[in-house]
Amino acid sequence: MNAQTTIRPGLALGTTLLWLSLIVLIPLAGLIVKTTSLSWDEFVATVTSDRALSAYRLSFGASFLAAVVNGFFGLLIAWVLVRYRFPGHRLLDSLVDFPFALPTAVAGLTYSDLYVARGWLGRWLVPFGVKAAFSPLAVVLVLVFVSLPFVIRTLQPILESVEQDLEEAAASLGATRWQAFRLVILPMLLPAWLTGFALAFARAVGEYGSVVFVSGNMPYRTEIAPVLITIQLEQFSYGKATAIAVVLLSASFSILVLLNFLERWSGEHV
Amino acid sequence: MSSAPSGLEKRKAEAAGPVGLVRRDPAWLRATLIAVAVGFIAIAVVAPLANVFTQALANGIAAYFAALRDPDTQHAIKLTLIVAAIVVPLNVVFGIVSAWALTRAETPAKTFLTSLVDLPFSVSPVIAGLIFILIFGQHGYIGSWLRAHGIEVVFALPGIVIATIFVTFPFVTREVMPILQALGNEEEEAARMLGASPWQTFWHVTLPNIRWGVLYGAILCNARAMGEFGAVSVVSGKISGKTDTMPLLVEKLYNGYAVQGAFTVASLLAFLALITLALKTVLEWKNREALRIAAESELTRDDAAPRLAQHLA
Repeated sequence: MNAQTTIRPGLALGTTLLWLSLIVLIPLAGLIVKTTSLSWDEFVATVTSDRALSAYRLSFGASFLAAVVNGFFGLLIAWVLVRYRFPGHRLLDSLVDFPFALPTAVAGLTYSDLYVARGWLGRWLVPFGVKAAFSPLAVVLVLVFVSLPFVIRTLQPILESVEQDLEEAAASLGATRWQAFRLVILPMLLPAWLTGFALAFARAVGEYGSVVFVSGNMPYRTEIAPVLITIQLEQFSYGKATAIAVVLLSASFSILVLLNFLERWSGEHV
Repeated sequence: MSSAPSGLEKRKAEAAGPVGLVRRDPAWLRATLIAVAVGFIAIAVVAPLANVFTQALANGIAAYFAALRDPDTQHAIKLTLIVAAIVVPLNVVFGIVSAWALTRAETPAKTFLTSLVDLPFSVSPVIAGLIFILIFGQHGYIGSWLRAHGIEVVFALPGIVIATIFVTFPFVTREVMPILQALGNEEEEAARMLGASPWQTFWHVTLPNIRWGVLYGAILCNARAMGEFGAVSVVSGKISGKTDTMPLLVEKLYNGYAVQGAFTVASLLAFLALITLALKTVLEWKNREALRIAAESELTRDDAAPRLAQHLA
């Protein structure tokens, strides 16, 4: 093949590099550089202040709980969608994507309205003392919504590819249905399950739009880390805002690295 | 979804029912699991969605349309449409270019660049807004230069557009890359050997193959661009009647206890989400078809030649 007919992506690659640098790379580098405007002591004081610590606790704690809820129901829903056929099957499958399509502000608005005392769901819960509006529980609920599709969408293709032969083999060896599920199917699903869990967790940690509506944003109680960043920004404390942002970013990068590892692991398994 | 890809054989197998030793889940288990799945989606997804429209129309149609006619609402709708009209075409063009470059280029930096494309998805939207404040803001790196030249970026349309480009950048690239990978570059090379210019090759060979993927990415990009809240709220300054997009207006009305107005604007966004979902479902089907054809032509390369001849004729 001569040079004339080879596909040469030089120009396209250059354009990509330029665009990525302008939109992603340079701005992020600017963020890192900005943290140096604080001294080390100031940086540590900002990121370990009581208010910041309670914000991380809520951000990571609520995101973890939401990911656990989605881990459980996600597996169940993926199973139902792959293995069973029933009226409304397609509709249910489409609805799973709805949290990706709905703007987060709308999710926050309607969730804040659902769980107050006169709301559709709140009127059943509030009499029992369950406060699912303007509370940490409210944050968990709305995070379950925004991160709902991840576990289901990562599990579905893997569940589809599980060979029926394996289940047959397990059955012919005398395994019960439950044993076959626990000992054959579940181990195969594990990498994808964890990937979905990590994706849901990562999404929930960064979430802002829906949470500001439902949480009430009370310092030390229902204030998440991204809200703390915006509050610092409104006071023009750019250095402090950046410091907290760097903590959040480090968490996101750790999750990305973990996901990369999970991907390799599942690549070896399947 | 399971019924589409490997199509006929699978459906035959399903129609034939349980074969051999595979035992289906007992009826009571099926019923319970389906009930739990439906119940969970009903409470988590359907109830919130229904609530948006119920609340928007709670005071009647007249109140709904009165809220729609509010000047701030009108302005927010216009601004949101303008932002999407700028962001989506830009991200479609650069999305196609970068997807093509990243699948076809042989460079050691490929893995790094690919993860850079993914980055906006894993960064909190608030941080996405923050990084542009740090550059373009009053005390930002080039803030004083911009002010000296009378250029408004932050708290104005350009800032909103840039932040939105950042958060929606990955959609088209991510959709198109797997399709280009599945296609391989044999068709493109064949076209070049038959004398087509790079532009002809792209226009007649590459683009027709990826068009459904591009459209799919564009629709997701559009939905996110119109609905973005976090990044835009940081850079916009939330100036009423000037930099309030629809999602920002929802928050402002909600904080001002204007429940009718908030749900009215929210209902428009929820409607947009429903349309997005419907288009997405249709395109997913088309996209799978395209991928299937790509996979098949992998097996029977011969049929590529007549198709190419047709294109170039």
